[in-house]
Amino acid sequence: MTGLALVAHQFRYDQKAFWRNPASVFFTVMFPVIVFLILAVVFNGETVNVRGGVDATTYYVPAIMSLSIISATMQTLAMTLVIAREDGRLKRGRGTPMPPWVFIAGRVGNSIVVALMTLVLLAAIGAALYGVSVPWERLPEILLTLVVGAASFCCLGIALTAAIPSQDAAAAIVNALLLPLYFLSGVFIPEDQLPNGVIAFADLFPVRHFFDAFFDAYVPAGGSAVSWDNLAVVAIWGIAGLLLAVKFFRWTPRSG
Amino acid sequence: MSYGATEAVRGIDLEVNRGEVFAFLGPNGAGKTTTVEILEGYRKRTGGEVSVLGGDPERAGREWRERIGIVLQSGRLDPYLTVRESLDLYAGYFRAPRPTDEVISLVGLEGKADERASRLSGGQQRRLDVGMALVGDPELLFLDEPTTGFDPSARRQAWDVIAGLRDLGKTVFLTTHYMDEAQRLADRVTIIAAGQIVAQGTPEDLGERDAGETTIRYRSDGQEVTLRTTDPVKTLHDLTGAALAKGEELDGLEVTRPSLEDVYLELTAAVENAAVAEPTEERAN
Repeated sequence: MTGLALVAHQFRYDQKAFWRNPASVFFTVMFPVIVFLILAVVFNGETVNVRGGVDATTYYVPAIMSLSIISATMQTLAMTLVIAREDGRLKRGRGTPMPPWVFIAGRVGNSIVVALMTLVLLAAIGAALYGVSVPWERLPEILLTLVVGAASFCCLGIALTAAIPSQDAAAAIVNALLLPLYFLSGVFIPEDQLPNGVIAFADLFPVRHFFDAFFDAYVPAGGSAVSWDNLAVVAIWGIAGLLLAVKFFRWTPRSG
Repeated sequence: MSYGATEAVRGIDLEVNRGEVFAFLGPNGAGKTTTVEILEGYRKRTGGEVSVLGGDPERAGREWRERIGIVLQSGRLDPYLTVRESLDLYAGYFRAPRPTDEVISLVGLEGKADERASRLSGGQQRRLDVGMALVGDPELLFLDEPTTGFDPSARRQAWDVIAGLRDLGKTVFLTTHYMDEAQRLADRVTIIAAGQIVAQGTPEDLGERDAGETTIRYRSDGQEVTLRTTDPVKTLHDLTGAALAKGEELDGLEVTRPSLEDVYLELTAAVENAAVAEPTEERAN
């Protein structure tokens, strides 16, 4: 098989394994939907004072989409790669003629497809239940933002595996990093209710910038549909992650 | 071949012939996995020459990997893929894979083809593991302690699979710390202890090492008599001749040759004791 055919082959089996894993499906697909529904029920009818004021439900569609993209990429990759590494599956795969990058590419492809699917799901729920219109005319901008974000958070997830010593530590470390950032970045709590200092702090990290960029792409009330400066920050984080991943990613189990 | 300050193995000199089952036998911590990982191309060596299938494993590329199969000592499979899917996934990595159904029957998992790996017993998972190493139809197969932790019936099934590999003409490099496993499966055995080779040969040869000593036991007048001899035919002849002449019985007459197990325990114990006695500085590199 050629490189691309091999990636497609690997991707097919990664997809099978993903959808059969209840934890993956719950945390990556169901969790964002549940969080969106809770927030929408609680804040329905309120207005968030950003970009001249948007409905809370409109605010939460791109907010939770950002979360679901990060979850499908960074979180899923960091966790599943650590599990595969500690199981010895990465090491075993390296003993075959398959080029190592194929394995990573298959997983990244899996993440991006899952991210796209949850995006469609959230868009449909937002539109059907809360009349949040789907900005079809901005599809190219949304896809661009998605691709830059997904690629960057994939790199960060792969890099993060180097800091995770064991399977048990994976979920704890990933959540300890991401959950506070979701809160501080305005993903859960509308940003007009967060003190300026909190936003400034969150601005140091890529979650906030990605949410900002995705909000601009998805909500027509914003200015330009492509938030280049935010995307640039996200991309720089992604490149840093890539460099760290290249240097520190390991194929063999840490334990045993 | 060392890591950290201490050499894991040294002076390992071994040759494996095409088509044989070669057992690399030694107690836990003897350096078996270090050696096999050097041969598999996972680990860099600090010295010495290694040639596997005509190539240096450290610089091995795809072509070389097409020709080998590896079963790691501790590895878990993807729990969410079935037997058939796991094999199909690996088949995709190789240019000319063996048909999946053939592999399934080689490892005796016909009834489990559509079962997920997580629902297989430990022994069945290990056989799937071997199947995944076989799917590329390799010339050379590395099996690192394939039956550790198995119950007797699972071991027997795994042994049948490994014995079947020889019939396929595969070369098998088997590491094990079970004497009976080496004896049962291997054409040739190399025994390693404390990082050094202590004996090499066929299971029969190794049994005969030191073996001049045959032990003859019998009871005479209620007394247990034990004779050790390097010439059992003559000793027995003399003994039984004398007994017949006097019309005596040799109660409980028993002639035993040292088992491979005895040789193994003796050899590894001797080397390990020596290694413990030796100051570590001398072994450091």
